[in-house]
Amino acid sequence: MKPILEVQHIEKEFLIGGEKEPYVALRDILANPLKRLREPPKQVFRALDDVSFNVMPGESLAIVGKNGAGKSTLLKILSGITPPSKGRIVCRGRIASLLEVGTGFHTELTGRENVYMNGSILGMRKAEIDKHFDAIIDFSGVEKFLDTPLKRYSSGMQLRLAFAVAAHLEPEILVIDEVLAVGDADFQKKCLGKMDEVSKSGRTILFVSHNMPAVQNLCTKGVFLERGKLKFQGGIQEVVNMYTKNINASMNEWIAPVTKGRHSCICKVQTQVTGTQPFHKLKVITTIAVKDDFPASYLSFYIGSLDAVPLMEAIPKYEPFIRKEAAVDGEITIISELDLPPMIQGIYTLGVWFGSSHTHTIDWQKEILTFEVTESPMEGRTIEFPKHAGFIAVQSRVLA
Amino acid sequence: MEYIIERQYKFSLGIKELIRYRELFYFFTWRDIKVKYKQAALGFMWAILQPLAMMMIFTLIFSRGLKVSSEGIPYPVFALSGLIIWNVFSSGLLNSANSMVSNANIIKKIYFPRLIIPMSSILTALFDFCFALLIYIGVLIYYNHQTDWLRVLYCLPLSLILTVTTTLGLGTMLSALNVKYRDFQYVIPFMIQFLLFVNPVLYSSKIFENSWMEWIMKLNPVASAINLSRSAFTGNPIDWLSVGLSFGVSLLLLFIGVYTFRKTEAYFADLA
Repeated sequence: MKPILEVQHIEKEFLIGGEKEPYVALRDILANPLKRLREPPKQVFRALDDVSFNVMPGESLAIVGKNGAGKSTLLKILSGITPPSKGRIVCRGRIASLLEVGTGFHTELTGRENVYMNGSILGMRKAEIDKHFDAIIDFSGVEKFLDTPLKRYSSGMQLRLAFAVAAHLEPEILVIDEVLAVGDADFQKKCLGKMDEVSKSGRTILFVSHNMPAVQNLCTKGVFLERGKLKFQGGIQEVVNMYTKNINASMNEWIAPVTKGRHSCICKVQTQVTGTQPFHKLKVITTIAVKDDFPASYLSFYIGSLDAVPLMEAIPKYEPFIRKEAAVDGEITIISELDLPPMIQGIYTLGVWFGSSHTHTIDWQKEILTFEVTESPMEGRTIEFPKHAGFIAVQSRVLA
Repeated sequence: MEYIIERQYKFSLGIKELIRYRELFYFFTWRDIKVKYKQAALGFMWAILQPLAMMMIFTLIFSRGLKVSSEGIPYPVFALSGLIIWNVFSSGLLNSANSMVSNANIIKKIYFPRLIIPMSSILTALFDFCFALLIYIGVLIYYNHQTDWLRVLYCLPLSLILTVTTTLGLGTMLSALNVKYRDFQYVIPFMIQFLLFVNPVLYSSKIFENSWMEWIMKLNPVASAINLSRSAFTGNPIDWLSVGLSFGVSLLLLFIGVYTFRKTEAYFADLA
C-alpha cells in the first residue's frame, strides 16, 4: 500500500530582521530607496529544515514539539495555506484542516447561516451540509438558538457549533491543531470521543497538541520536531516519552535564535530558583539588545503550566523605566527577582515580555524557559498534589 | 486522487480549482449581502434609497444649479443611467480592494482559491445594481421617457460586462497590493472620489469633444461603459470604436490584475 501522505524534505524559510512588520509602508520605499540598500542583509530563519516522513492510510499521527518547533508551519504547509520553500508533499486524498474552530464565523449571521458558511469554507458542498445538518445541530446542542445571530451566543456555544461542523467533515486526511485547548472538560471529552470515532472509521488524522494524554489516546504514531528539524519518529509511546524527557530537562537558559536586526529585542534569559518553600524565589536575568528604536520601557514575566495554562504574571517595578542610556555595548542586563507563591511540585514555563506600555509590545517571547519546583509547598506533605485542583497551595491554618 | 504540494513556479489561472470551489462564490457573496443589510432597520431599502438620494442631489446641483447639459433627456434619467454603472464600479472596487485584508483571518487558516474573495465582492456590488435598476425603471416610467427597450437589452449587459471586467482587473490588483502595502487602504477611497469627476457620470462626455480629453474618455473603460449605458436611453449613436478600444484596455487591466494576484497570493498568509 502506498502512503497517503509523503512529506519529502520540506523546508520553509522566513526573511526576518529587515522590517518589524511583515507588510511595509510604501513611504519607506519611495522616501528612501537608498536606505534599502544600506540596510543590513535580512536574516533567513528556517522554520522547517529538511523534514520528511510518511503517513499510511488510516494512521493517526501526532506532531509534538515545543513552541517554535515548527509544528504550526508544517500544518500550514500541509493545508496549502503557505507554500514550502523547498521540498514537496505528495497527497493521495483530500485534506481538510482545522487550524482553528469556527473559521469564517460571522457574528451577525444566525447559527444556521454560520453552519453553511463555515462548512463551505472548510470545503464541504452544500448538498453535504444539507445531509449532515441535523447531525451537526444535534452534536452542538444549540438547536433552540438556530435562528439567533451568533453574537447572542455564549463563547461556549459558538465553540460547540464550530466543532460540530468540523466533526462532520469527511475528508480522507484530517489535520487538527490544538483546537481542544479550549472549551470545558465535558466538551473536550466529547471532542476527543468524536475524533477517536473518526480515526477508527479508517480516516487519517494528523494531530498537533501539547496534551500528552490526548495524544496517547488518539494517535498510534508520532513525530517529534525540535527547532524545525525532525528529531525522532516512531510509536506514540516513544515519542511522548521523548517529549516529556526533553521538556523536563529544565531549561534555565534561553538565547534568541535570531536577532531582529535594527530592532531592539530580548536576546538572552536565564533563570534560577532560590530559597525554600513557601518563600522560594525565581531569579531572572534578562539581556536586551538595545537599538535606536528603544523607548523607555519595562519588563514583565508570565508563568504558566506545561500544558499552557497561564498561571500568573509579574511586573517588576523599575525606577522609573529601563532607559537606553543604561546600555553597555548595546545591551542591558536586568536582574529581577520574583516571589513565587507556594506552588505544587512540577515544571512551569516562563515567558518574557518587554515594551513601553501595555499596548506597545517590543518583544514577547512566550514559554521560552522552564523551571522546576521540587519542594512540596506544604511542609511535611509528601503526597502529590492533584493538578486539577490548581497549581498553588496557599498557606493556611486552623484558627479555632 | 493524487496531488503535490510544492512551491509553484509556473503561472496558471487556476480555473479548474475555481470551478471546484464554485459554491464558495455564492456563500461569500451571500454573506456579504446578509451582513451588509442585516443590521439596518430599512434593510434592502438602502440599496434603493442610496441611488435615489444621489440622483436627487445631483439633479439639484447640476441640473437646476449649474444647468449642465443632459443630451436632451431629463437630467434624472441622464444621471441615473451613469450612476447605476458607476456604483457597480465604485463599490465593487472599494470592496474587492479591501477584501483580502478584511478576510485575513480566514486566509491565514484555510486554503481555498483566493480569487474567490475579490470576485465575490464584485458580485455583491452587482446585487445592488439589480435594485438600482428597479429604481431606474421607476424613474423612466415617472418621466414617461420613450425608451427603445431592444437597444437597452444589448447596451446595458455589454456596458455591465465592460464595467465588471475593469473592476475585476483593478480590484484583484489593488487587493494584492493592499496586503503588502497598507497605504492602498487610504489611497483607494480618495482615488474613487477622484475618478467620479474624471468620468462622465454627472456630465455629458460631449463637453470634451475635439480636445485631448476625448481620447482619454474613449480609452477609459468606465467612461465607455457609462456612455454605452447612457446611449441606450438617449438614443444617441453608439461609439463602437470607443467600446472596442476600452474593451481592449479592460482586458489588459484584467490580465495584469489577475497575474499580479496569482503571483503573490501564495504569500498572503505570511504577509496578512
